[in-house]
Amino acid sequence: MLAFLLHRLLYVTPVAIGVTVVCFLLVHLTPGDPLTAILPADATLELQEQMKAAYGFDKPLPVQYALWFWKVLHGDLGHSIATGRPVLTEVMRAVKNTLILATVATAIGFTFGTLFGFVAGYFRDSWLDKLASFVSVLGVSVPHYWLGMVLVIIFSAQLGWLPPTGAGPDGSGDWRPDAAHLRYLILPAITMSVIPMGVIARTVRALVGDILSQDFVEALRAKGMSEFGVFRHVVTNAAPTALAVMGLQLGYLLGGSILIETVFSWPGSGFLLNAAIFQRDLPLLQGTILVLAMFFVALNLAVDVLQTALDPRIKRG
Amino acid sequence: MTVLAEPAAETVRTASRLGRGYWAGVVRRLARDPVALVAAAIILTIVLAAIFAPWVAPADPYKSSMIRRLKPVGDAVYLLGSDELGRDMLSRLIYGGRLSLVMGVLPVFFAFVVGSMLGIMAGYAGGWLNTLVMRTVDVFYAFPSVLLAIALSGTLGAGILNAIVALTIVFVPQVTRVAESVTTQIRNRDYVEAARVSGARAPTIVRVHVLGNVLGPIFVYSTSLISVSMILASGLSFLGLGSKPPEPEWGLMLNTLRTAIYTQPMVAALPGVMIFITSISFNLLSDGLRSAMEVKA
Repeated sequence: MLAFLLHRLLYVTPVAIGVTVVCFLLVHLTPGDPLTAILPADATLELQEQMKAAYGFDKPLPVQYALWFWKVLHGDLGHSIATGRPVLTEVMRAVKNTLILATVATAIGFTFGTLFGFVAGYFRDSWLDKLASFVSVLGVSVPHYWLGMVLVIIFSAQLGWLPPTGAGPDGSGDWRPDAAHLRYLILPAITMSVIPMGVIARTVRALVGDILSQDFVEALRAKGMSEFGVFRHVVTNAAPTALAVMGLQLGYLLGGSILIETVFSWPGSGFLLNAAIFQRDLPLLQGTILVLAMFFVALNLAVDVLQTALDPRIKRG
Repeated sequence: MTVLAEPAAETVRTASRLGRGYWAGVVRRLARDPVALVAAAIILTIVLAAIFAPWVAPADPYKSSMIRRLKPVGDAVYLLGSDELGRDMLSRLIYGGRLSLVMGVLPVFFAFVVGSMLGIMAGYAGGWLNTLVMRTVDVFYAFPSVLLAIALSGTLGAGILNAIVALTIVFVPQVTRVAESVTTQIRNRDYVEAARVSGARAPTIVRVHVLGNVLGPIFVYSTSLISVSMILASGLSFLGLGSKPPEPEWGLMLNTLRTAIYTQPMVAALPGVMIFITSISFNLLSDGLRSAMEVKA
């Protein structure tokens, strides 16, 4: 197991370094000088040169990268141009809110996704299967930002049951685990849960179908095992893959929350990214993307290791 | 490209299918799939309406009217209501298909071309070239696709062209990975080995033995990306990173109508219905194609 862990770490390290290169280059893709956002419009040439030197923009690109990478390794992602606060503090605060939203959404999506997937896989080609499969196609095809709008129209504008935007009654504050804040979580979490629900339902349906068609199931039934006993075998066989898909979905939601957070004004990392883009706050933009991508890499690694630990059929090494 | 088989070719072929050719079989199986047919008909209708919009649309999609803003669905003049500037919704939805479809389909097409080339090259050549291409792909896989699309178009700046470039970059690694994996499978087949031993050069082997076998699965996989691409492209416009007003585009319309959810909720939700219908139709058609072409997932 230790050898396997080391092997995975060795594989992930170059990918993680590649991610930092992409994040670094992103800022240099921006049309125009990265300094134009900070400098006053009437800045003298001399001042421009001074600022360039201060930010290190006068050095060759690989040197700039090395200097930036060294800072990143020490947890220094620079300062936000808009607020002047350290980027890492801003990002981590926002990521916490997104993590809450994404975790709840994944839990809802996983519950209903496995339910639909099991029903569809167990009763293959029945009307139940067709219904469950149709629901899962709806889940992967729906533009979730539109679904969010529709839910706001129904439950906020028409019925007035739930608040349309924000994370709590105190405006733009963070989400806290109490009854008042819970009402704010319901709509965005349901909206977000539709994507993992569709994906997980599809995966589980295929898994269950595959498992049921294997010889060992035939053997279990032949030796007189109850249907419930067979069902338990199917669950144990499907669990590692289903859990792995769930983990990956959580990662996708963490990075892909921007549209839903914009609809609901949820104070998470996507909302922060949106603000960074439109205020052309490049350090904040770069930092948010880097942190989210690193979360995703780490989550992938964790899923990979856990799946191998759980599933004895996967060879280690 | 008539009798050539896809990689899942171990399945027994019936005589009739070999006789009539592979594509005839695909068409025959598609014709028996009512879901795929309905999906294809819906896509065709939306595409034709978008192409012939000047003849189909009842009104000018840009003509606003300050006294006729936000009319309800079923209005005497505006069949599907009017938007926040008093423009005819039906006409804007019909015209909106133009940009939304182009922004959704083009990235997948470009990714299909570029990704196939990269993947087949990496898969067939193997060695250091494979390592170089596939490790680069791995780096892009380390970004969730929505995040990558928004990060790229956010840094490139708002605009239709930039959105298409950003989405293409998102999908190229995904197509490349599939192309590489099917090509690697084909490369180790006996008949490819036989061709190599008998002195055929790499370009000839790729053209004669590899392309016909790998393009099918890559194509089917690419069609499954169109639905995601449509949602993402309209999503970029929804955020203000794609098309710009007053251009009719479904995602952008959805964004500008957000202010109307309390006054005209039905009208405000309409552009999203179009995105939903198009995206689900592409998904169902892609599923139909997959089983008709007998490509395994």
